[in-house]
Parts: sequence; structure tokens; C-alpha cells
Amino acid sequence: MSELNAALEHPVYNYKVVRQFAIMTVVWGIVGMFVGVYIAAELVWPALNLGLPWTSFGRLRPLHTNAVIFAFGGCALFATSYYVVQRTTQARLISDKLAAFTFWGWQAVIVLAAITLPLGYTSSKEYAELEWPIDILITIVWVSYAVVFFGTLVKRKTSHIYVANWFFGAFIVTVAVLHLLNSAALPVGMTLKSYSAYAGTVDAMVQWWYGHNAVGFFLTAGFLGMMYYFVPKQAERPVYSYRLSIVHFWALVSVYIWAGPHHLHYTTLPDWAQSLGMVMSLILLAPSWGGMINGIMTLSGAWHKLRHDPILRFMVVSLSFYGMSTFEGPMMSIKTVNSLSHYTDWTIGHVHSGALGWVAMISIGCLYHLIPKLYGKEEMYSTNLINVHFWMSTIGTVLYIAALWVNGIMQGLMWRAYNQDGTLTYAFVESVVASYPGWIVRVLGGAIFLGGMLIMAYNVFMTIRKEAPAAAPAAAAA
Amino acid sequence: MTSFWSGWVIVLTSITLILVTWLLVANRKQRAIDEKTTGHVYDGIEEWDNPLPVWWFAMFLITIVWGIGYLIAYPGMGNFPGVLGWSSATQHEQEVAVADEKFRAMRDKYLAMSIEDIYQDPKVRKMGMRIYGNNCSQCHGLDAAGALGFPNLADNDWLYGGSAEAIKHTLVNGRQAAMPPWESILGEDGIAEATAYVLSLNSREADPEMVKAGEKHYQTYCIACHGPEAKGNQLMGAPNLTNGIWLYGGSEEQIAHSLRVGRNGQMPAFANTLSEDKIHLVAAYIYGLSK
Repeated sequence: MSELNAALEHPVYNYKVVRQFAIMTVVWGIVGMFVGVYIAAELVWPALNLGLPWTSFGRLRPLHTNAVIFAFGGCALFATSYYVVQRTTQARLISDKLAAFTFWGWQAVIVLAAITLPLGYTSSKEYAELEWPIDILITIVWVSYAVVFFGTLVKRKTSHIYVANWFFGAFIVTVAVLHLLNSAALPVGMTLKSYSAYAGTVDAMVQWWYGHNAVGFFLTAGFLGMMYYFVPKQAERPVYSYRLSIVHFWALVSVYIWAGPHHLHYTTLPDWAQSLGMVMSLILLAPSWGGMINGIMTLSGAWHKLRHDPILRFMVVSLSFYGMSTFEGPMMSIKTVNSLSHYTDWTIGHVHSGALGWVAMISIGCLYHLIPKLYGKEEMYSTNLINVHFWMSTIGTVLYIAALWVNGIMQGLMWRAYNQDGTLTYAFVESVVASYPGWIVRVLGGAIFLGGMLIMAYNVFMTIRKEAPAAAPAAAAA
Repeated sequence: MTSFWSGWVIVLTSITLILVTWLLVANRKQRAIDEKTTGHVYDGIEEWDNPLPVWWFAMFLITIVWGIGYLIAYPGMGNFPGVLGWSSATQHEQEVAVADEKFRAMRDKYLAMSIEDIYQDPKVRKMGMRIYGNNCSQCHGLDAAGALGFPNLADNDWLYGGSAEAIKHTLVNGRQAAMPPWESILGEDGIAEATAYVLSLNSREADPEMVKAGEKHYQTYCIACHGPEAKGNQLMGAPNLTNGIWLYGGSEEQIAHSLRVGRNGQMPAFANTLSEDKIHLVAAYIYGLSK
């Protein structure tokens, strides 16, 4: 095995940690998306919860969100940021040991999440459900990550810092601040139990300040960092506009942080905070689109490559979904629209147009670019399978979000419909019954997307195995 | 909010909007694409220095201007209430007032009549059913047949009485049942004996010796609430034990479990959730279910 590793080792850069995170991205992607498909099926066939507390929807749902955001998305971000920061600064990561610690530490966080969440240990804060000891571990790993990343930037051999690294840097710093402030809690006794440091409406506001910026900085800024390296690299074209990247970067990071209150429209949150959140959410449209424009325009002049490069297709379609969901988001933050969409499936559809269409598809595209490079191969084992995966991802995403648009708008309209006598037309449960067809389509869309991930796993496995006749027997023996 | 925090919000918001606008305007450059790069190269990636797309620049500016306009019109800048004087509380009050004016008279007409007089009116039944569907069906079911722990409202067995008056009282004030746990007093043997007696009340098979012992327990502990004939007592919500209707299940084990740990069924009070005219209608609907 050491022979194989030695053969793969890059003379300058630390590729080992990138390889580890890249492989785990695929593994956790499959795990997280499988749980997602399973709980989507539980909504249609409730008996699938097996009557057990550990497999009930309420416990598996946070497992799904944590697994896809922090395990799948997190590993993708670690892998690409470590790769990009080395390639664009021409410097090796400052510490191999610390980088290895971030890998094993992050995997430990994920495994602990997969154990504690089904057991029912939760702080009940959305996307921050993990209890305090795991929160402390996350903090330690994250600080180590920051040290490795920024330390490498400091000793760069280039004069400027490439735009992808600005986005990765903003993501790392802001997520640290968000995590620390939102997870502040008082532990109780020796059990995995704690109470939030905040109370009532303030707690809700801190939670959604965290929650929305988890979307803004984890799922947007971080993945824009990915986009800014892998899109020009795969298209072999210069980035469209340096100027645009400066403007939209600073506008994005300064405006996003205000948008959280739109999750709390028409609640006990004071009116001024709701309005301010809505105004900033709408101003956020242009800064968000800046990234999409820069990505798509970078591809212009290379459109012909789309015909035979499914990796580029992944990237351009992910940018389109990014543009669509960052348009949809500001629209949904408008109070009038929100009064219809809030608490319905529309919200979940919106999240998935971002999560499947943007986050997952850009990650998948980047991984297909990355894997052969990391393992010293010319290209992926099968371009046809990438193409199949591309179509499965696209069709799966479209089925998923279309089903939940229909469901969401239908639910919103049913809940507000009233009769001539002033009574509500529908009982809540009638809107549940009416949602079944959409939920079945959602299971189908999710399953197709998951199927694509399985194809990817096979393709990755075969890529790593292929054309290594000398090393293969040694690996088998070890 | 104190004036300090109000000022804090106003200053921070203004600074952000000014800086973002400056960032946008300062980087404006109208120049045709000349395919010139910035000269930076990172791992083979070059960067062009194209100007900001005009439509994007305009869109950005429009959203900022619109945002400032919104913050003048509506609350947002700290304690400044906005020139339109809008608030979510007043909007809610206005909508309620409009709805009240539109629908109240119709419901008040029925409120003035007795439930016995209106329960057969198809209009009353329809309105009552809809209120029921949104407020009661979660526990009692859309068909009002109840579920384990939630009584059937469509039969003639009433825990707290089935008169119109009693039903309305239940709705307004709620009910709190209090069957005490008997495990520590009777012991596991005593529980088994009492269970045997309860089974015998329903002519179900039970060991005669056990029934005899159980009857003694009944006379000592249960009779006060469930009565000498075990027909229950609606004043306390003590159920009839002889009619084969079981709120918490009628299997031997379920009955023993009720005896062992007690039961504390709770019907919430709706006085603060529904106005009296609505309670009147839903009471009429429920009253009519078993008629």
C-alpha cells in the first residue's frame, strides 16, 4: 500500500488529504441521500418508520440534513479548498499532520452525529442539532482547518490571492463565528443535554441568523470558491471578469449576513427586523447572480465543449440551478409571497433546488475533474457513465423541485381558503392527503438522484483501479 | 427598543447600504470587451477584466433604491415606524375586524338560539363540521369516532355528559381526568384481581376466586368514583365500566395497565382559542352527531 501511495504522491502538494476527503464526499453523499430518500418514502408510507424511535422521521430528518450538508458538502469543501489553495498559491499545506487531523476529526464528528441523532440527542436547533461535546469537537477541527488554510495562504508563492480562495476564506471564517454564537449553550448534568444560551424570540433570531448564513456561507460562498477554480479549469477559459468577482464577493458577504429574519416573517420577531431581513434579502439577488454570470460567461466561447464534456455540463447546469434558486429565494422573502409559501413544501423544494441542483451538481462536476488528477489518471474510467449520471441528476432534481412547487402552492392555497361563512374550507389533514401524489414524485426524483451517485461511486472505484498493473497486486497483498 | 439600539440599527444599516452602493458605483466601467487579462495567472487560470454587465449593474441599483424606499415606507430603521404607519399587529386587527363584520352577524344569530333548536339546521351542521375539522379532528378524528385515549363523540356514551349544556361546558373549560395509579396500593396481585372483577362486569371470562377478591378491592377503592353499579359518574368523568366501551383499550393487559399507572386524560379548554359563537356552532355539531 505504501508503494501505491508513494507512486501517487505529488512532489510539491499534499494530495493525500484531498484524496481522503474526495472519496468520503462520494461515500457520505450516498449515505446522506439514501437517508433522504428513505424519509421521503416514510412520508408516503409511514409504516417504513418500522414503529421504532430510532428510525422515525423526526430523528432521521436531522441525520439526513447533517449528512448531506456537513458530511457530503463539508468533505467536498475540504477536498476542493485544500486542492485549490495549494494549486493556486503553489505552496504545500503548512502542516500535513494538522490537515490529517481535520480529516479524521471531521469524520469523527460525522460518525458521532450518525450515532447521537437517531438516539434522540438533539439541541433541536435546525442544522445545528448536535449536542455540546460534538460542538466542541467541531470547533477544534474548524480552527485547525482555518490554521491550515490561512497558513498556506500566508506562505503562498504568488503575489495575489486567487478569487476562489477569497470565497473559501470567507466561508471558513464566517462558519466559525456562526457555529460559536449559535451553539452557545449551558450543558445540563453529565448527559448529552444542554439549553440554549438565548431565550424565546432572540433564540429564534440567532438560530435563523445561523441557519440562513449556513446556506449563505457554507452552501453558497464555499461552493462559489469551488466554481471559481474548477469552471475555468475545465473549460480552459479565463475567468470572465475580475472586477465582477470583487464587487459580487464583497456585496455577497456583507449583505447575506442580514437576511436571516426572512425565516421568521409574521412571527413574534419585531416588524423592523422582519422588514430589514426582507429588504436585504432582495438586495442580495444581484450579488448572488454575480457568481452565476461570472461562471456562465467564463464558459462562453467554450460552448462547443458541452457537446462532449459531461463534466462541463454538470457545471453549467449547476450554475443555472444556482441562478434559479437565488432568484427564487429573494422572491420568497417578500412577505406577501412568504405568507403563501411559508411552512409548505415549497420551502423544501427551494432548498433542494439549491442543494441538489447547485451544491451537489457543482461538487459532482468538480470531483469528476479532481479524481483522475488525484490518482494520476488521464481521465475518469467512463465518460458515458458521467453522462448517465448527469442526466439522472438533472431529471431527479427537476422531478423533486417541480413536485414540491406544486405541493407547496397547493398547500398554501388550501390552508388559506375559506368558505362564505368564514370557516376554513379544508381541515389540515385534507392538505396532507392532497400532498401524497407530489410526495411520491419526490421519492422518485430523489431515488433517481441517489442512483446517479451509485453510478458515480462505481466510476470512481474503476478509475482508481484502472491502469495500475504494477501496484495492484501489492495493494491486494496489503 | 432603547434609542441607543435604535440608533445602532439605523447607523449599521445605513453604513452597509452606503458601502455596497459605493462598491458598485466605484467599480463601474463602461468599456467594450477587449479580451485583456489582469495579468494574474493562477495554476494556469487567467482573469479578464470585463466591465460589470450593464443590466446587472442596473438591477443591483434598482434593488438598493427600492430597499431604501421600503425602509422609508415601512418599519425597519430601528424605532422609526415608517411613513405608512403599517404594523403587523394593526394589519391583523384590521383583517379580523373585516372578517368579524362579514361573518359575525350570521354566527351571532345562532348564538342567540339554543343548541337543541339549531343542531338540525344543515347550515349550522356544515359550519360546525368545518370548525370541528380544524380544531378537534386532530385528536377525535375526522369521523369523530375517537382513538385510543380520545373519546368517540359520535356514540351515546358520554364521560362528562351529553347534554348540549355539558358539551359546551367541556369545550369552553376543558376537562382533566384523574384516575389514580393503584399499583403501590393494590400490588401486582391486587391489580390482577381488580382486573378480573372489571372483566366479570362485562360478562367476560375470569377466574371466580380472583373476581371475588377483586370485588373487595372495588368496594374499597373504586366505588367512590365509578359507583356501586360501576356505571360511572359523569360529574367526575369516571367512565362506565360495564358497557364494553374502553377509552384506553379493553384487553386484559390494557385494563390492568390503566389500573396500575392511572390515567390523566386531558381535553384542552377552547375559551381562548375559539370565540363563543364558534364554540356554540361546534357544540351543536357534536351534539347532533349522536342524535
